[in-house]
Amino acid sequence: MSLINEQTRGVFTLFKKEVLRFWRVAFQTIASPVITALLYLLIFSHVLEGRVQIYDDVPYTAFLIPGLIMMSLLQNAFANSSSSLVQSKVMGNIVFILLTPLTYLQFFLAFLAAAILRGLVVGLSIYLVALFFVDMPVVHLSWVMTFAFLGSALLGTFGIIAGIWSDRFDQMAAFQNFVIVPLTFLSGVFYSIHSLPPVWQAISKFNPFFYMIDGFRYGFFGKGDISPWVSFAVVSTFLALLVVLSLKMLKSGYKLRG
Amino acid sequence: MTLPAIKIDNVQKHFGALHALKGIDLTVQQGEFFGLLGPNGAGKSTLINILAGLLRPTNGNAAIMGHDVVSDYQAARLVLGVVPQELVFDPFFNVREMLRFQAGYFGRGKENDAWVDEVIESLGLSDKAYTNMRKLSGGMKRRALIAQALAHKPPVIVLDEPTAGVDVELRQLMWSFIRKLNKQGHTIILTTHYLEEAEELCSRVAMMKQGEIVALDTTANLLSKFAAKNLSVQLKSGHLPSSLLPMLKHQEATVFTLALTELNQVEFALSELRKAGAEVEDIQINEADLEDVFLSLVGGA
Ligand SMILES: Nc1ncnc2c1ncn2[C@@H]1O[C@H](COP(=O)(O)OP(=O)(O)OP(=O)(O)O)[C@@H](O)[C@H]1O
Ligand SMILES: [Mg+2]
Repeated sequence: MSLINEQTRGVFTLFKKEVLRFWRVAFQTIASPVITALLYLLIFSHVLEGRVQIYDDVPYTAFLIPGLIMMSLLQNAFANSSSSLVQSKVMGNIVFILLTPLTYLQFFLAFLAAAILRGLVVGLSIYLVALFFVDMPVVHLSWVMTFAFLGSALLGTFGIIAGIWSDRFDQMAAFQNFVIVPLTFLSGVFYSIHSLPPVWQAISKFNPFFYMIDGFRYGFFGKGDISPWVSFAVVSTFLALLVVLSLKMLKSGYKLRG
Repeated sequence: MTLPAIKIDNVQKHFGALHALKGIDLTVQQGEFFGLLGPNGAGKSTLINILAGLLRPTNGNAAIMGHDVVSDYQAARLVLGVVPQELVFDPFFNVREMLRFQAGYFGRGKENDAWVDEVIESLGLSDKAYTNMRKLSGGMKRRALIAQALAHKPPVIVLDEPTAGVDVELRQLMWSFIRKLNKQGHTIILTTHYLEEAEELCSRVAMMKQGEIVALDTTANLLSKFAAKNLSVQLKSGHLPSSLLPMLKHQEATVFTLALTELNQVEFALSELRKAGAEVEDIQINEADLEDVFLSLVGGA
């Protein structure tokens, strides 16, 4: 039996279209975030290497790389689903999808899968490029993959919510600027939260991005600020909540079907 | 009895305080070429969008080929192709890609490609099949929009003002293709503001006004019922007597066109003119057209 039959072709087609949408402009959607991450890497490692030591046997540059990978992966998974939805809404071509027999669940899965793919492709590209600069062992590949997948799924889902809610590009940009970016920078991409004052350490524990980055980093070095199992539980819970919320929005036709 | 292509039962739609559809009842049989006419804001697109599932009815039910558009929406949408009124397009893809995606969403695969190519050719898009949507002219975008609605070869086709901004050549090309589909058994529902078009194509029409259907009949019946003939009189001197003003449809210089509901009104008109001392230079009697029906039903206030 073939995987693609009449029932599943619709959702595969939508997934394919969403993938081609970013792949056609890969310079902007993949190369450009990779270059941005590299600039961060060069500047921060140049300035801080040797001055900051977080784990005894891990050079700062190596410490930084998982954080940068995760940051870019999260931002790009979010950007993919949110910008595709907002753009289709603004252009009006979302009707081409709304007129089809696709269910709200299929709609969700196709947009989510494309967002995950974009996040993973960006993340993997940064990893491969970073190998030129520094030796990057992976202690627990399964944790690396788990958090990469959960992180891109979480932000892909969040992007779907933001994309449905936003009627204009500037509203979506507000999500990016006032939610995604601050949460990323306050999550320990560039530092260990143990280097923060106790108050900020406590605040960071409310930030889901902290768990994604810490769990991901644990996969590389076999050590982190907290147990990867705790991170796994927290991130999975957040993901489940956002999935339920976005499915509710889609099912009700919120802002899509009047 | 075969299932009706479209069955609408007491469909109402509120937009906040606005009562956009006030209880529409309408049945369109399979194989019909049906016209949905009415002035701007009458509620035509609202009704179509309810059929398409883009809007939800506040009240009432609608079904396509027996499938309820809300409770059995997947089956309903599978058999429906809608050309939206707004000229929308996806700027990332070319015409052929878009058509193949559109067919794919409906579960169609490679076996459907021959049909996609037939649609492309029939709508005069062959030269543009590999052109990005963004680079098409307005009329070409309209063709692509029509093609997209047909990509999965739906038995019921709804066209919401497909000829807005389209040149004569495409209109003819498009109508001959749509007619061919109609002959093959596809049901066609059309809205248009070009009434000659509706008169020529549609065997039955509904006229809507302010969210209600004010007339629903075969085109032929409407034409004979509402405005049998037009009488044009050119006056050499004198004025149109006030007793004829209610019949006046339009005036161009000294040519007055009167709408007659019955032929014997000709005598009345002429005797009134004589009484008023008007001198008639020329007289013409013309068949009424759908525009006359339209104006007498939905025109004015
Ligand atoms: N999404 C909406 N929100 C609020 N009001 C709406 C909405 N869509 C339509 N309307 C209103 O409903 C009424 C019917 O609009 P509709 O678009 O159905 O008219 P129409 O018959 O298609 O007109 P046209 O010939 O101009 O296309 C109008 O008064 C319109 O302003
Ligand atoms: Mg309309």
